[in-house]
Amino acid sequence: MTPIILPELGEGITKATIACWHAKTGENVAAGQEICEVVTDKASFVIEAPAAGKLKVISINEGQEGLVGGVLGMIE
Amino acid sequence: MGKMIVEDWGLVDYSDAFKRQKVLVQSVIAGAPDHLILCEHPPVLTLGRMTDPASLLYQREDIEQRGVAIETVDRGGDVTLHAPGQLVIYPIFDLNDQGRDLKVYMQKLEEVAVDLLKNFGILAISISGLRGVFVGEDKIISIGVGVRKWVTYHGLGINVNTDLSLFSLIKPCGLNVRMTSMQKLKGHAIPMKDVKTKIVERFQEHFR
Repeated sequence: MTPIILPELGEGITKATIACWHAKTGENVAAGQEICEVVTDKASFVIEAPAAGKLKVISINEGQEGLVGGVLGMIE
Repeated sequence: MGKMIVEDWGLVDYSDAFKRQKVLVQSVIAGAPDHLILCEHPPVLTLGRMTDPASLLYQREDIEQRGVAIETVDRGGDVTLHAPGQLVIYPIFDLNDQGRDLKVYMQKLEEVAVDLLKNFGILAISISGLRGVFVGEDKIISIGVGVRKWVTYHGLGINVNTDLSLFSLIKPCGLNVRMTSMQKLKGHAIPMKDVKTKIVERFQEHFR
């Protein structure tokens, strides 16, 4: 299992909200594919799949906040 | 950041401009120099993925009847209005060269916006936690940014001579704010070419 991590977005940014998932759980994704989009208060940031496989778990749903360095979902 | 290529796309449909932006983002990701796009859009409301339907104050048909198109965009954020007289700026910048910091990038955009307005004798401020740039309590510049592989897209909407009555169709960015324009504040229309010249200068100053 490979975790999808919310990366460092800038100094003082500790969390971001999931704006949308571009894949559903159970769906196959390619490494580098755009998998979700997060927003901080003023910008949206596209996150890519860190590995190829099946999107097994979505840990943070649309509209919920994730922490920088935290897991947004898992790919198997 | 190396050379910055400035392109003026003139009056261009929002959806066409969005497609062209995506192509440019790919080429900047692939190593092309940073681009600064200047344009205006025919009247259009753009809705983000998280747009609250309550941000639209009228039925879709009524809005379209007023000659305002509606586009749903694959982005975060809320509803935004573009119309002729609003100068739209799309910086397609590689932030890999600039410390990969969204906060620093947003601050620089706000500084560019505030300095631009200063050039025209308008004292504006950015408000912590709120998107955009304000004069008093009225919003004059909207900011919405997207980032892909640390390359930026979307950008600024500067109300130069925008028909402000169009904003009555929406709650801008989901906020209950009033919009203003450079024209309204100065009491006369501002030549768009002067604003374009100054905004390019301010970008070159802040992003070098």
